[in-house]
Amino acid sequence: MELQERFAAGDLEAFEVLFRQHQREVYAWIVRIVRDSGIAEDLTVETFWRIYKYRARFKPDGNFRAWARRIGTNAALDHLRHARRETQLPEDVPCAAGADPAVRREVRDQIRNAFHELPPKYRLVATLALVEEESYAEIAKAVGISEALVKIRVFRAVRMLRKKLNSLGVEVSAK
Amino acid sequence: MSNDEITKEMKELLKQAIAPMKDSELRRDLWPQMLAKLEEQPAPVHAIPWFDWALAALAGATLLFFPGIIPALFYHL
Repeated sequence: MELQERFAAGDLEAFEVLFRQHQREVYAWIVRIVRDSGIAEDLTVETFWRIYKYRARFKPDGNFRAWARRIGTNAALDHLRHARRETQLPEDVPCAAGADPAVRREVRDQIRNAFHELPPKYRLVATLALVEEESYAEIAKAVGISEALVKIRVFRAVRMLRKKLNSLGVEVSAK
Repeated sequence: MSNDEITKEMKELLKQAIAPMKDSELRRDLWPQMLAKLEEQPAPVHAIPWFDWALAALAGATLLFFPGIIPALFYHL
């Protein structure tokens, strides 16, 4: 019996093999969304717990990697929804290489806070598309929506950010 | 200014404030935590969704309060 088939049938050893094969990749995806290593570790475990819980729904000839990433994305989104306003972005986020030194720290904080206040589903796609520069196709697969909808959500997120930043007096082009 | 240009401009602005996660490497094996969670909350093999229970309760209540429909139900079965 194949590994994925054994996993779908409830074999714990097969699940352990799949866990060890995919934990790094699932963690790497989640940490880019939640931006905290401790939370990402917990969510990785939560993701695999959901995977094991819903193993009967997995088709043994299916793509385990894509399925795991999708469940991980949902777990991360649930976290963003529940942790909204309870946590802040870590203070020690380093400034990107090549960052304009003229952009003052308070402006950077305003940008980060405005970003953090985006509704979770917009923040998720905006983080992946604008900060992590993932392709719309990859995001669409992970979130389970079309590429066109990803693009719409990214643009809505950008519009919300511009509005918020303009109201805070941060210079963003309104042309 | 097109949507793509606006998005590109915001991307540049965000780069000034939020850096991409360069270090996304998992530093330890999470299997021990996974095992602990499985022991703490064993995943049911076939969990029955709550709405199935609600539907069953509704059907049961209907039969209890309107027993007259039972023969009709048998007729249609």
